[in-house]
Amino acid sequence: MEAGSAAERRTAARPEIVLHGLRQPQRGWLRWLTTTDHKRIGILYLFATFLFFILGGVEALIMRLQLAHADNTLVSPETYNGLVTMHGTTMVFLFVVPVLAGFGNYMVPLLIGARDMAFPKLNALSFWLLLFGGIAFYASVFFEPPQAGWTMYPPLSDDAFTGGGGVDAWIFLIHLTGLSSIIGAINFIATIHNMRARGMSWGRMPLFVWTILVYSYLLVVALPSIAAGVTMLLTDRHFGTGFFDPAAGGDPLLWQHLFWFFGHPEVYIMVLPAFGMISEILPVFARKPIFGYKAIAASTVAIAFLGLLVWAHHMFTTPTPTVVLAFFMLASFTIAVPTGIKIFNWIATLWRGQIVMKTPLYFAAALPALFTIGGISGVMLAIFPVDWYLHDTYFVVAHFHFVLFGGSVFGIFAGLYYWFPKMSGRMMSEALGKLSFWLMFVGFLATFLVQHSAGLEGMPRRIYDYDEELGVEVFNLISTIGAFILGVGVLVTLVNVLWSLKNGRRAGNDPWQGNTLEWFTSSPPPPNNFDVVPRVRSVEPMKDIRREVAASAKPVETIAQPVAPRSL
Amino acid sequence: MPSGTKWSTSRSHGYDPAALPTGTPRRLLVTALGAVVIASLVWAPSAFADAFTPESGGSQNADDIDTLYKLTLYIGIVIFLLVWGTLIWSLVKYRAKRGVTADQIRGNTPLEIGWTVGAASILVVLTVVTFLYLDDIENPPASGPNGLTASQAQFASVDQPDPPRDGGPVLRIHVNGQQYIWRYDYPGNPQLFSYHKMVVPTDTTVILEIEASDVIHSWWIPKFGPKADAVPGYTNESWFKVPGGREGTYRGQCAELCGLNHADMRAEVQAVTPDEFQTWARRKRAQIQAAGELLAEQRKRGEGVEGQ
Repeated sequence: MEAGSAAERRTAARPEIVLHGLRQPQRGWLRWLTTTDHKRIGILYLFATFLFFILGGVEALIMRLQLAHADNTLVSPETYNGLVTMHGTTMVFLFVVPVLAGFGNYMVPLLIGARDMAFPKLNALSFWLLLFGGIAFYASVFFEPPQAGWTMYPPLSDDAFTGGGGVDAWIFLIHLTGLSSIIGAINFIATIHNMRARGMSWGRMPLFVWTILVYSYLLVVALPSIAAGVTMLLTDRHFGTGFFDPAAGGDPLLWQHLFWFFGHPEVYIMVLPAFGMISEILPVFARKPIFGYKAIAASTVAIAFLGLLVWAHHMFTTPTPTVVLAFFMLASFTIAVPTGIKIFNWIATLWRGQIVMKTPLYFAAALPALFTIGGISGVMLAIFPVDWYLHDTYFVVAHFHFVLFGGSVFGIFAGLYYWFPKMSGRMMSEALGKLSFWLMFVGFLATFLVQHSAGLEGMPRRIYDYDEELGVEVFNLISTIGAFILGVGVLVTLVNVLWSLKNGRRAGNDPWQGNTLEWFTSSPPPPNNFDVVPRVRSVEPMKDIRREVAASAKPVETIAQPVAPRSL
Repeated sequence: MPSGTKWSTSRSHGYDPAALPTGTPRRLLVTALGAVVIASLVWAPSAFADAFTPESGGSQNADDIDTLYKLTLYIGIVIFLLVWGTLIWSLVKYRAKRGVTADQIRGNTPLEIGWTVGAASILVVLTVVTFLYLDDIENPPASGPNGLTASQAQFASVDQPDPPRDGGPVLRIHVNGQQYIWRYDYPGNPQLFSYHKMVVPTDTTVILEIEASDVIHSWWIPKFGPKADAVPGYTNESWFKVPGGREGTYRGQCAELCGLNHADMRAEVQAVTPDEFQTWARRKRAQIQAAGELLAEQRKRGEGVEGQ
């Protein structure tokens, strides 16, 4: 593009600060324990969260086995309630939220052309708080796991009805992972605001970075509410207060407001970065720019703002005045608009593209498809008279798995297949990847489509057993079979990861012809990420660079050389 | 920007458009999958309509909820077909071809405005429809001519401090959720209450005042429509009116996790004719009174024994 001027600036390059010899690099396991490199921390996050994902998945499969037919006695009611609580808590607090922090950690500095996060040591602290939160929670398995559901509604979660240490372990988990998330969020905010490559204005920032920024702001706004809530629960349980006890002048609904003021933004915290991932992936594999960049970025912000105003739609069946219900119905409706905009823009991105059918695209294209179903059922649930029927049934279970598994997890898998070559330097097996996708896709639909029907027939959530007369046995059996197909699909991806780490083809810098800066550096990137950071001139800097290279027929490094790094 | 730049393919072992799998089996699979989904949505509702819609038939508000649900379902199906249709079409039709570059379209403002307005107007329609149905779902009607009447001596206490909009008598039952059973207190003297099974007269508006004495429960009989949480410290309200001729047993269960045996906290409503209801109530009142007297006597005797 500007080969001439670039060559001029090359001669004026400023020297870089060099870190060699300042500190001996750590070796072996200590290297991982003491690391402050955002990439290693990112890997630690991914490794830990996928372990928790497996645990949560196994819990889900045991529940599905128990529900496979009526009057089953595989697990006791105690165990079942424990499984319900552990599964929900694990997937929300120990998998989806932190796995996105893991991807954010690894990718955000690379995507914005930075050499690390703003606060590398705080970054390490975030990870270790998360891990110890998870360990504190899972330690309860050895005495008494919590049994009051992941929403932990008092009075049931109060010590009068649920004694033992399980609920307390859960409270510690919320505090530790909450701290972890807040610290991590502040780190993302500082990094994204201050450390973007030269030329990367807000309008040229990758959409995944946009969503991580919004994810971070949402965490900072929403988490204090649940932190306050669980602290009150802790003092109610052990220090004689009565915040949630009506006999002592407290109010059980206060908990629900505090919980869902966090809990609903949490839904968008879990799904927006997945939206961001596929907003990166779809244009790369459609060989076409993202359709409506500004609309997608703006709708992310709009969803986040509106997401703070809809929490009481989880409380439509509580004693609440109709005018309040109407407000929360309308606010929830409103969110469907920016979400719809995103889905239409993704499809428009694929429309008239030159689509390369690789595994990341499969998962990325499944997200809008599945999320649409979850969105439609979400609008149904937002209509509060209809919710009076559907609330707390399997219809709701189906709904939130469509948005959280069909949305977040399919996005996360798309991101995994897309960025694994960058992280490991090796390609994943396409054959295993596609096998995994089809198993997961079919298994997912089989598991969760029929749960709508189970709910409509009158099956409530969180029951360890149901009456044969309810007429939901066939739905439950299909759901159980589907869950195992889904489980095998996930397993195939895990095998694929392990196999590809050793045997995958070498990826090279840019195996997908990506659009963003992470593909500029080597795979895996060196500790300092970039020796030189190219100037960003559009939302697709790598396309510009490839074009310049093609025009000048010189190796890529010489084109990039001229611009001195802005940050180190 | 030509796809498949020399630079990229020569420097990495990445994607090569020539080696693209564009075989028909894959395309067939996608098409077949789409066809199955669409077919099942178009064809199955007639076969298993019940599995796609809420239960109803026990009360007018349940029927209204069912109608409202169906309206949104139909709109939802149209949106679903639109999204899945264009998505599958794009994935099948626009496969990468060797040497072809996609048009670098970055957006289209009229289109963006169009689908924003389109989505918003669908929601406006849903809002209007919801508010049209809301009154009928939320506010209880008067009891029918064949229902229980206030003039019936035994139910002089069928009170109406908060009468339905058309006036007329209603039956107010106090529902109390307890781990893991429901208790129902009827108005009038002598005392009348029951556990688990609620007996109600048909064609009579039944207003439920729902409370809980330990943890949160949720009252729900699917065929009656709405559920209502029983929250300690609050009184929640719900209503139903079983039409005359629909006598029978209606089942439901607690819908809010309330502890170990949450799954076993069932509820049953037996709808009977007003005459049968009065007979039942009279007999039950007498039984409760007799049992109370017996208990008081035993207690007195017991105290006497202890005193000696």
